[in-house]
Amino acid sequence: MTNYTEFLYMHEELGLLAVILLLFVCDLLFCKDSKRGGVYNTALPVILLGILTAFNLLPLSNLPFEALGGMYHHTPMDTIVKSTLNIGTLVTFLMAHKWLARPENLVKQGEFYIVTLFTLLGMYFMISSGHFLMFFIGLELASIPMVALVSFDKYRYESAEAGAKYILLALFSSALLLYGVSLIYAATGSLYFNQIWPDASSSWLLLCGLSLFLAGMGFKISLVPFHLWTADTYEGAPTVVTGYLSVVSKGSAAFVLLVVLAKAFTFGGVKLDWQVALFWVIIASITLANLFAIRQSNLKRFMAYSAISQAGYLVLGIMGGTEPAADGSAQGMTALVFYLLVYLAANMGAFAVINVVEQNSGKLAIKDYNGLYGTNPKLAFLMTLCLFSLAGIPPFAGFFSKFFIFMAAFNAGFKVLVFIALVNTIISLYYYLLIVKAMYISKSDTPVATFKSDGYTRAALAICTAGVLLLGIAGWVYNYLDSIAKVSL
Amino acid sequence: MNFLSIFVLIPLVMLLALWLVKGQKAIRTVMVTGSTALLAMAVYLTVAFLTDRAAGADAEMLYTASFAWFEPLHIYYSVGVDGISVAMLLLSGVIVFTGTFVSWDMCKEYFLWFTLLSLGVFGFFISVDMFTMFMFYEVALIPMYLLIGVWGTGKKEYSAMKLTLMLMGGSAFLMCGIFGIFYGAGGQTMNLVEIANHTGGAHAIKLSEQMVWFPMTFVGFGVLGALFPFHTWSPDGHASAPTAVSMLHAGVLMKLGGYGCFRIAMYLMPEATHELAWIFLILTGISVVYGAFSACVQTDLKYINAYSSVSHCGLVLFALLMINETACSGAIIQMLSHGLMTALFFALIGMIYGRTHTRDIRELSGLMRIMPFLAVGYVIAGLGNLGLPGLSGFVAEMTIFVGAFQHADTFHRVLTILACSSIVTTAVYILRMVGKILYGKCTNEHHLALTDATLVERFPVVVLICCIAAIGLAPFFVSHLVNGGVVPIVNHILAVAG
Repeated sequence: MTNYTEFLYMHEELGLLAVILLLFVCDLLFCKDSKRGGVYNTALPVILLGILTAFNLLPLSNLPFEALGGMYHHTPMDTIVKSTLNIGTLVTFLMAHKWLARPENLVKQGEFYIVTLFTLLGMYFMISSGHFLMFFIGLELASIPMVALVSFDKYRYESAEAGAKYILLALFSSALLLYGVSLIYAATGSLYFNQIWPDASSSWLLLCGLSLFLAGMGFKISLVPFHLWTADTYEGAPTVVTGYLSVVSKGSAAFVLLVVLAKAFTFGGVKLDWQVALFWVIIASITLANLFAIRQSNLKRFMAYSAISQAGYLVLGIMGGTEPAADGSAQGMTALVFYLLVYLAANMGAFAVINVVEQNSGKLAIKDYNGLYGTNPKLAFLMTLCLFSLAGIPPFAGFFSKFFIFMAAFNAGFKVLVFIALVNTIISLYYYLLIVKAMYISKSDTPVATFKSDGYTRAALAICTAGVLLLGIAGWVYNYLDSIAKVSL
Repeated sequence: MNFLSIFVLIPLVMLLALWLVKGQKAIRTVMVTGSTALLAMAVYLTVAFLTDRAAGADAEMLYTASFAWFEPLHIYYSVGVDGISVAMLLLSGVIVFTGTFVSWDMCKEYFLWFTLLSLGVFGFFISVDMFTMFMFYEVALIPMYLLIGVWGTGKKEYSAMKLTLMLMGGSAFLMCGIFGIFYGAGGQTMNLVEIANHTGGAHAIKLSEQMVWFPMTFVGFGVLGALFPFHTWSPDGHASAPTAVSMLHAGVLMKLGGYGCFRIAMYLMPEATHELAWIFLILTGISVVYGAFSACVQTDLKYINAYSSVSHCGLVLFALLMINETACSGAIIQMLSHGLMTALFFALIGMIYGRTHTRDIRELSGLMRIMPFLAVGYVIAGLGNLGLPGLSGFVAEMTIFVGAFQHADTFHRVLTILACSSIVTTAVYILRMVGKILYGKCTNEHHLALTDATLVERFPVVVLICCIAAIGLAPFFVSHLVNGGVVPIVNHILAVAG
């Protein structure tokens, strides 16, 4: 006798599905006249997503629960992460509005919203999974529609190229991951996260499985040495999609990695094994990405390397603790989610500026930003705030999130790692300052002409700026995350 | 709300007001009102502090208050002051006040960053929580990049980047040090006083850990205090910065370094201080002597003063590491004295440069006839710098060397004597510079038509000279204030490590 009320536990996923279906219907009924763009040229997707986020956040239950026989896990922290992703998607939609209003995109703007929301749905399932199968379905649902997004400007050569690169590597990494999962199954006889107990004789099998699993996740989070697709894909994809990839897709994968490692791989020596692996991966990601970022001249490639190094910091939160400490606090998880939240605000803000400049002037090189402060002082100022936040400068939120994530890793005993990461923040400060220098100090004969941003971009920028300015100083955000992380691990 | 927080609130209100107002006149009104209010509050605080101390309030920190901020991490917004912080707040008040008048013609964005810098400085001196302190420290550093990069002169982009990266590099060490101290002491409190006295859940930090975190913290702050070999940002940075920023940076910001070394590195890790002081004594000794000799061979007025700052700020750290009452009081007085004198120097150099458009001493001569007011101010600043009795430099250096000589062993004696030699070198470069640019016959006919300082320019110069003379003529007032803060810390270090 199946208990159908269990589906109600999944109200977040069902809500998102309802939004998707609603948009489908709207697309079908109202979008007949492709010249005017029908209903999607309105704020409908944004409004629906906003309602969904509010609906998700309202009835917060503070207890974790399971559904579908343990396939589906839900914790209060999941709600927060899903809502964070929602906000990221919302900002993406706001940013996308002007780009979608272009003649070549008007016809297919319905697809953009629906496909984006499908990837989001995949991430939802991935986050709440309690079983490797569910996890893999979520992952694929999040990856495959993403290809459509990356090559959304399909008649632009770079966009198509980026899509091809992305799908090949995404499938390859999925295959690796799946193979890893099969080895894990061979070693332990179960695919439920909480039933993975190693057989002493097959521990090497488990180890192989774990390394393949980490490699697969490394592709999704774009950690060095699995990062090679990142720069090309980020450069070729439409700027809006790049923003979405670098924050929402990456952030959800990092959180899921934390959850899976925390739920399935905390026993015995396995924890040490993946900690050693992540240790070197983090050092490589942060250091190499920082060094590469210095040399970039295209802003989107630059942001790609910046995002790889930021991913390294995110994963530092995983090192910061996957098990509750003696006093019951889950410092690592809190720090990671807080970092993700702040990173979302700062990175989305930067991409909103990059996008609006590109839409209005078609310029994307760093040297095109020379003298931006003279022509568009407000945009340059907001960009500066976001870059300072990414670099971890107080009083902006990035300082707090970096401090806390370092603190968590330090507390877990990774002192050398924290030191290396700290030294790297100086390198990152250097290249973020290069952009600031271009905007404020360097002179240009052909600066970006003065323009007025559209209302949607302004709304996106307002959300991001509020996040950058307030998330850190308002201490209750972190305190609240800490209180729910305790029951979520 | 605790009244110390007003030092943070005033700059915040100023930032908001600057953001809203339009027009040069309104901006000036905001800046003058705000900086006057800050100075008035600093003076009021000094009077109130001395009155309360005299009335028998003998807690280590007065006017303490604590508000939970990130409670799971034991981070609080905690404020409190002792004699040292009061003296530093007073110094910052004076420099920000005079700096406002010196940057009279600057635009709105300049003042926004300038005020943010002041916010960081004031916040740093009132905090007693390591996190809050560190946050304000970094708030004070980053505006420098834009202030120098946008409004500076010369090779400003290079200097701004070098300064920012070196100082932020220092703060990376510092952040590691703070984690080390926090978790080394049990991970229960970020409050300085509690960690030092092992209350509030803190226990003593193991010596083996102190030996790692002390150098990190000391170097972290030392970069800002121009510790050799991490001082190289200072000459370039000061030379390229706009006048008021040089004033604020050399006058106040470099003091953050010394203050932090004393308050965090030495106070919280006394055993390691005792063990490792000799290494840093040698380094600071090099700063003192090397800075003075480097100043001798410079031809740019600002470079001369910047190297002179390296030498004098080195003396601050040098005296602190002597760990006795007299030398440490001398160090704090030296911070005040150097802050005021350098500010005066940079203000005057800025005014002279604004007229002659060169800072090269080979091209300047006979300015005494042309701009007598500025020239006299320059002579006074120079004499104060080389330690003429009656001005503040003498009081500070005298106290430092008397204190340093109290150590009876050869190592300390030799170092003290070597450091003392910098006084002679200082006299060489100051007198040479003053003689060259002020006296003699003016060889450049373009300079003959130049005018003396305007009223707005004269005002900050007079204020600064009065302050320097006040410390020089009534040193007991300052040393009384400072001693009250230094004695408990020095006694604590000696008691734990001795």
